[in-house]
Amino acid sequence: MFGKVWAVFRKDLLIELRTKDSLNAMLFFGIVVLVVFNFALESARDSIREVVPGVLWVSFVFSGTLGLNRMFASEKDNSCLQGLLMVPMDRGIIYLGKMMAAAVFMLIAEAVIFVFTLVFFNLTVWREIPWLILVFFIGTIGFTAVGTLLSAISVNTRMREVLLPLILFPVVLPILVNAVEATRIILNSADYGSLRLPLTIMSVFTLVFGVVAYLLFEFVLED
Amino acid sequence: MSEPTELIEIRGLAKYFGRFAALRDLRLSVRKGQFIALFGRNGAGKTTLLRILAGLSRASAGTVSVHGCGPGAARGEIGYLSHNTAIYLDLTALENLRFYARLLDLPADDAELEDRIALVGLAGRSHEPVRNFSRGMQQRLGIARAFLHDPAILLLDEPFTGLDQAGTEFLQNYLRGAHAGGRTCLMAIHDAPVGYALADRLVVINRGGVALDLARGAVTLEDFQERYKALAEDR
Repeated sequence: MFGKVWAVFRKDLLIELRTKDSLNAMLFFGIVVLVVFNFALESARDSIREVVPGVLWVSFVFSGTLGLNRMFASEKDNSCLQGLLMVPMDRGIIYLGKMMAAAVFMLIAEAVIFVFTLVFFNLTVWREIPWLILVFFIGTIGFTAVGTLLSAISVNTRMREVLLPLILFPVVLPILVNAVEATRIILNSADYGSLRLPLTIMSVFTLVFGVVAYLLFEFVLED
Repeated sequence: MSEPTELIEIRGLAKYFGRFAALRDLRLSVRKGQFIALFGRNGAGKTTLLRILAGLSRASAGTVSVHGCGPGAARGEIGYLSHNTAIYLDLTALENLRFYARLLDLPADDAELEDRIALVGLAGRSHEPVRNFSRGMQQRLGIARAFLHDPAILLLDEPFTGLDQAGTEFLQNYLRGAHAGGRTCLMAIHDAPVGYALADRLVVINRGGVALDLARGAVTLEDFQERYKALAEDR
């Protein structure tokens, strides 16, 4: 099974490396959001560590949504999704491969956006980086677990660019709120023990969303 | 347990899209090795029937059995080709086949896949991105993709759409070879002479059901065209 998930993931990666359709848009959009916040928060320089978690996750989520909107675009061309569905295999494999690809694209975009954030807001976070990576990773897996399923639902609709965020954001809210809270704790206090609650909530929601999305994926692809 | 005599058995098949009935009470039996040409005007239900047989769409009512089981369970025995080739434009021909071979658990190495590509007339083009291919070349690669796992049943939805003369001849010869090799074929087509030349059974779908079902030997092309035209005009 993992070989097939890897094949779907590798195919998406190869297409993205050639076209750079998603990553370019995600990076551009994420950095533009940062630039806007950089000017807007000029007067809040003294308490910048308090507001950066929100800025970061707004930027991650907006750029991630752009990527998710493109996730099934290559499958729509030439009815490639139909070719995938004709393969006698568990259709959850398609979901897992696509989710892995979406998560990797989003993590790459997040890494770049994060570096720009450090520069724009003049932050030093060497000590906090392992914890931040953990929060970014869980948050991104949770976000893409739901996003991949909803992207598959919205790809055949006329207003998919509008529909996806409308149905995605309310569902992933528990993960996002706790991701912002966890990031705030990491950047503002050395009390990493208080990270337990937001990380647990994020992990539980990620697991539940992932399992439910995997099980539902087969049904959203049928007409 | 004895093998069922019919490879495909369709009884009382119906498919509704909202209140519109694309298929209603459709009955059809297909024996192993038969080549059926499905005719019918646009919207008659040909594509819907093929999609249900391929397990891509769920029937609203009725039963469909392929080899005694549901179409979803028989996907490994079915090759489905429509005018949409299910080929990734940003991958090369070889990468496309390699990808599908991995998903199908085929132990195909690159040399074997290159042979497949050569077999559909694309020798020397394996490492080119499909985006550079003409429509006919993409359709040829689509054939290699759809039949990569040597399926026993070929479902073809207007496979000649957009093909030039050479491509049409190639596909006709390919399908004749598949039929001669014992494959069972169901092909939706508008071109009566081509369908008549390839198939050994002619079925016309009208208003979501089978309106005409004839062995090719029982009717001349002219007679069939006349009867098909009369049905098509009967709205």
